Amino acid sequence: MAEAAIELVGINKSFGAVHANRDIHLEVPRGTIHGIVGENGAGKSTLMSILYGFYQADRGEIRVNGKPAAINTPNDAIALGIGMVHQHFMLVQNFTVLENVILGVEGGALLKSSIARARSELTRLEREYGLEVDPDAVIEELPVGLQQRVEILKALYRGAEILILDEPTGVLTPPEADHLFRILRQLKEEGKTVILITHKLHEIMAITDNVSVMRQGQMVATRKTSETNVEELAELMVGRRVLLRVEKGENRPGDFKLSVKNLTVRDSRGVTMVDDVSLDVRAGEIVGIAGVAGNGQSELIETIAGIRKAVSGTVLLDGKPIDVTGTADPGELRDRGLAHVPEDRHYVGLVLAFEEYENSILGYHDHAQYLKGPFLNIEAIRADARDKIEKYDIRPANERLKTANFSGGNQQKIVLARELEKDPGVLIVGQPTRGVDVGAIEFIHKRLIAMRDAGKAVLLVSVELDEIRSLSDRILVMFDGRIVGERDGDASEGELGLLMAGVERQEAAE
Amino acid sequence: MSAPYAKLPAWADYGLIPLINLIVAFAVAGLVVLLVGENPFRAAVILVDGAFGRGQNIAYTLFYATSFIFTGLAVAVAFHGGLFNIGGEGQAYVGGLGVALVCLAFDGILPWWVNFPLAILGAAAIGALWALVPAYLQARRGSHIVITTIMFNFIAASLMVYLLVDVLKPVGSMSPQTRTFLEGGQLPKLNFLLEAVGFSVRSSPFNLSFLLALVCAFLVWLLIWRTRLGYEIRTQGFSPRAARYAGIGEARIIIITMMISGALAGMMALNPVMGDQNRLQLDFVTGAGFVGIAVALMGRSHPAGIVPAAILFGMLYQGGAELAFEMPSISRDMIVIIQGLVILFAGALEHMFRPSIQALFASISPGTTGLGSPKREGV
Amino acid sequence: MDYFNTLVVILDSTIRLSIPLLLACLAGLYSERAGIFDIGLEGKMLAGAFAGAAAAAVSGSAWIGLSAALLVSTFLALVHGFASITHRGNQIVSGVAINFIAAGSTIILGQAWFSQGGRTPSLGADARFTAITLPGAEALRDVPIVGYLYYELVSGHSALVYFAFAMVAFTWWVLFRTRFGLRLRAVGENPAAVDTAGVSVAWLRYRAVICTGILCGFAGTYLALAQNAGFVKDMTAGKGFIALAALIFAKWRPVPAMFACLLFGFLDALSIRMQGTPLPLVGRVPAQFFQALPYVLTVVLLAGFIGRAIPPRAGGVPYVKER
Repeated sequence: MAEAAIELVGINKSFGAVHANRDIHLEVPRGTIHGIVGENGAGKSTLMSILYGFYQADRGEIRVNGKPAAINTPNDAIALGIGMVHQHFMLVQNFTVLENVILGVEGGALLKSSIARARSELTRLEREYGLEVDPDAVIEELPVGLQQRVEILKALYRGAEILILDEPTGVLTPPEADHLFRILRQLKEEGKTVILITHKLHEIMAITDNVSVMRQGQMVATRKTSETNVEELAELMVGRRVLLRVEKGENRPGDFKLSVKNLTVRDSRGVTMVDDVSLDVRAGEIVGIAGVAGNGQSELIETIAGIRKAVSGTVLLDGKPIDVTGTADPGELRDRGLAHVPEDRHYVGLVLAFEEYENSILGYHDHAQYLKGPFLNIEAIRADARDKIEKYDIRPANERLKTANFSGGNQQKIVLARELEKDPGVLIVGQPTRGVDVGAIEFIHKRLIAMRDAGKAVLLVSVELDEIRSLSDRILVMFDGRIVGERDGDASEGELGLLMAGVERQEAAE
Repeated sequence: MSAPYAKLPAWADYGLIPLINLIVAFAVAGLVVLLVGENPFRAAVILVDGAFGRGQNIAYTLFYATSFIFTGLAVAVAFHGGLFNIGGEGQAYVGGLGVALVCLAFDGILPWWVNFPLAILGAAAIGALWALVPAYLQARRGSHIVITTIMFNFIAASLMVYLLVDVLKPVGSMSPQTRTFLEGGQLPKLNFLLEAVGFSVRSSPFNLSFLLALVCAFLVWLLIWRTRLGYEIRTQGFSPRAARYAGIGEARIIIITMMISGALAGMMALNPVMGDQNRLQLDFVTGAGFVGIAVALMGRSHPAGIVPAAILFGMLYQGGAELAFEMPSISRDMIVIIQGLVILFAGALEHMFRPSIQALFASISPGTTGLGSPKREGV
Repeated sequence: MDYFNTLVVILDSTIRLSIPLLLACLAGLYSERAGIFDIGLEGKMLAGAFAGAAAAAVSGSAWIGLSAALLVSTFLALVHGFASITHRGNQIVSGVAINFIAAGSTIILGQAWFSQGGRTPSLGADARFTAITLPGAEALRDVPIVGYLYYELVSGHSALVYFAFAMVAFTWWVLFRTRFGLRLRAVGENPAAVDTAGVSVAWLRYRAVICTGILCGFAGTYLALAQNAGFVKDMTAGKGFIALAALIFAKWRPVPAMFACLLFGFLDALSIRMQGTPLPLVGRVPAQFFQALPYVLTVVLLAGFIGRAIPPRAGGVPYVKER
C-alpha cells in the first residue's frame, strides 16, 4: 500500500446526546479512490465535515501525508490540500462560475487581476480533467450536473490533492453520474486521492479501490473493493440485522380506491418533477414507490394529498375526481377519507412547539368531535390523545409534553396514530421509518400491514428499498419524474436497483 | 436539528430569563441617568412613587397602561401568526378616525353607552382595514410585511394631517383638530374604582376603555389558546408547512390575523380620543403603537404577561412625567430609551444569558437540563 | 424663464434634501447586501447627528463633530451586529430597539448637556461644513444655461454633498470590483458558501455593519452640520425609513439607489415648494400627498406592480452551521 494521504485516529464527536462518531480509525492511501458507505445517519457526513474543518472532533487525531494536522477551519483543510464537494452545493446562485471559483482565494484585494488569473487557470483545469463549463455562466442557470462540476473546479483551483465528495450522485442523472466517475478516474490518474461518500453500493463496486463501512457512528470494516461484494457490504452496513420481513399474508385487492392519470407537476422554478404519471391503488393492497431521493416521489404524494398543485392530470379518489390542478385542499381530502403521513414529520407532520395533544388533531382540528362551536373542546381532545398514546404505546405517556421532547420513533407514532385512527380509506405514507429506532420500525410496519388487511389502499414512498420490498404488494419504480417500471412485491433488489438507476430507460434511448 | 438549547424549567424560561433581561435593560438605563449627572437610585424611587404613590398617580399609570395593553395585544396576535406588525402606530392613528366619526355624528343624539360600542366598531374596523392592505400584499404578493407596515405608518401620518388640517377642522379654527365631542362622545371615568379601594383621585383620564382592554386581553387569550382559529394561527406561526399540510389556508390566516391585530391597535384610539381628550388631534398616539412591541416582547406574547408589562410601561410614562419635575434634566423621553433597551434585551438579545443560566442550572441539578431525560416541561 | 428659475431652485433643493437619504441608503446597502436587515438606519443617523452637533458645539470644529458622529453611529451599528450576528437575534427587533434608544437618548442627553429643549447650540461657520464654491463657478455664472446651471446646481454645496455622490461610485466599485465586495455579496446570498470557502461569516458581516455605521454617521453629520446649524430633536423625521424605501426601490444597487434618493428628494422639494400653490390642471395638491408619495411608491413596488424587488437571499436569517 502507498503512503496514507489521510489517516484518522480515534476520532470522536458528539452532538448533545448523539454520539455521531465513535472512535473512528481510517487510512486512505494516496492516489486511490476510497469509498465510505453507510446508511443515512451512520455518521459519514459528520466525519468528513471534521476532516474539512467544519466541525472539530471532541477527541482524536488527523494525519495528512503522515504528519499530524490541526484542522480547525475549512481554511486549514484547504491549506493542507483537502477539498470538499458538499451534498448541498456551496455555491452563490447569482454569481458566475468564475466568481464562485475564486471566492475565498481571490489572491488580492482587487478582482481584476485575480479574475484574469483565475480564467486562465480554470481553462487549464477544464481541459486537463474534462470539466468543461462556461466560466461566465451564472450558477442558477446551470443544470445540477454542471453545478457539481463547478464545485469540483473550486476544489481543484484551491490546489486540492485530496478530494472529498459527499453523496455526489444523489442529484445526478445516470449519464451525469457516469461523466462524474470518468472525471474521478482521471483525477486518480493524476495522482489525486478521492474519498467518495455514498450509500449506493453499486457505485462503490464500480469505481473505488478500497471501501470502508460505517454503521451507527462506528467504522466497522475496511475492504479492498476487489475482494468484497455487494452482499458483504450490505450486511456490514446494516449489521446483523434480521431482515425486516414483516409477516404478511396474501393480499386480496378490491376496488380501485385511488387512480392517478397522466399527472404532471412542476416545481416553483418550472422544472418538471412529476412527468405524466399514472397509477392505481386498490383496496387491500400496498403499492410501494421505489426510487432514489429526488426523482419526483415527494412531489407526487404531496400533489395527491392536496399540498401541491399539478399542471395537468387527474386523480380519482373512490372514483370521484380531486381537483389537483385547482382547489384541492388537504382538509377536504381528509374528509373524503384520504390520510397522509408526510415525509418530513419535523416541519410538516408535526408542530414541534405544540404539546402532544395539540398535534394529535393537526389537520383534523375542524372535526366536530374536537370542537364546541368556534372553540376547541380541550377535554375531548386530551382524552382522545390519551387514548391514542395508550393504543400506540407512545412514550412518555404524557399528552401535555412538548412534541419536540419525544424521540423520533415516538413522534412518528403520534403522526401515525392521528392518521390511522380516523379509519381512512386511502393512506399515503412517505418515509415512515426515517430516523426511527428499530423497535418502532417493526411497530409501524405491522400497523401498515394491518391497514392493508383491513381493506385500505396504501401508497407507500420510501428511499429504503428494503422497506419497500418487505411491505409492498406491488412496486412502482420512479426515475426522473416518471414511473419506469412495475414489479411484484417479491422483485429482487438487483432488478429494482437497475430500474432505479434508470438503466433500462437509458438503453432504450440510445 | 438546530435547537442547541437545553431545557430549563418553565419558571426559569418564562420568569427568570425575562426578569434578568429586564434588570439589565434598567441597569443600562441607569447608566444613562448617571451620564446625565443624576442619581439613578433616587430617580428610581421618584419614578415608582410618581407612578404609584397616590391614587391620582395610579389612575394616570393605568390610563397609559390601557393604550399599551391594546397595542401590546395587537403585536402579540401578529407574533402568534408568525407576523411582525410594526404598523400598530399607524393603525391606532387611523383608528382614531373611526372613533371621531362616530362621536361627531352621534354625540348630540345618542348617549355614550350607545356610542361606545359604535366607536369600538369604528376604531376596530378602520384599524383592521389599515392592516388589511399590508396583509393582503404579504399573503398574495409576498411583500415583506415589516416594510409595508412601516410605510403604512407614514402614509397614515400624512393622511391624518391632511384630514385634520383640510377636512375635519371646524371652520374658523386654527388648530388642526376636530371640535370637542359633546357628552355623548365622552367615556365615563373610572376614578371611582380607585376611590372605592381607598385612594383619592382628584381628576384623571383613567376611563372605561381600561376595562375594555382587560376584556380584550381575555378575549385574545381565548382566541389564541381556546379556539379553532387560534389553533390555526399558531400552527401557521410555528410552521407554515405544517399549516399547509393541515389544510390551513395561509393567505386566509395572514389576512385574518393582521386584521385582528389592526383592530386591536385601532381600539387603542378609544382611550385617548373618547376617554380623555374628547376630540381627535394630531399625533395623539404618541408612540403607543411602538411601545406595544416592547410590551409584547416582554409579556412573551401572552395576555397574562402583556397586562403587567403594559402596566410597567404605564408606570414608566406616569412616573417619568413626575421624574421630569423633580429632575429637570430627565424628561419623559427617558422612557423611550428604556423602551428601546427592553426591546433590545428582551427581544433581540433574549438568548444572551440563556447559555450561562443553563450552565448554572446544570451545575446545581444535573437532572433538570439533561438532554436525554425529557421530563415534564411546559404548563 | 420664470419656470426655468423655479425648476433650478427646486432641483437645487432636491440635491440638498437627497443627500441624507443617499448616505443612509448606501449605508443600508452594505448591511443588507451582507444579509443583515437594518431598519435602524433612522436611529443611527439621528444619534450621529446629535453626536456630531454636540462635539462640534463643544470643540468648535466640524471635523471633531464628524469624528464623534462616526464613532457613535458605528457603536450603534456594532450593537446591531452583536445582537444579530453574535447572538443571532431578530434583526428587525434589534433595529427597532436602536431607533428608540437613539430617539430617547439624543433628547435626554441634549437637554442635560445644553438645556435648550433638546437642541444643541447654534453652530458657527467653523463648526459646520459650509458651502464651497467650485473653481470657475463665479466666472461662468453669466454664461447662459450651462454656466448658470454649473453655478447654481453643481457648485455651492457642502463638501459632504460631493462626498455622497463620490460614495455612490465608490460603493459600486467596492461591491463589484474588490474582494471585499465579492465576499460581501456572497455572504448575503449564501453564507454557507462563504464559510466553506474558509472566510469568516461573522467577521465579514461585522465589517459590513461597520460600513453602515460610518455612512449613517456621515448622513447624520450632514443633517446637523451642513443642512442645519445644530441638532434639533427628532431631526431625521423618518428619513431613515425613506432611505430604506429607496434601497428597496433601487433593488439594493448603488447607482439606482442614487436615482431613487434623488427622486424622493425631488418629491420632498416639490412638496415644500408647492405648499399652497395650485398646480395646473389638478389644482391645489395637499403637501401631505407629496410627503406620502415615497412610501406609497415603495408599497406599489413591493406589491410587484413595477418590477420585483428581491432582497438578498440570506437577508434577515442568522447564520447557523447546519446540524
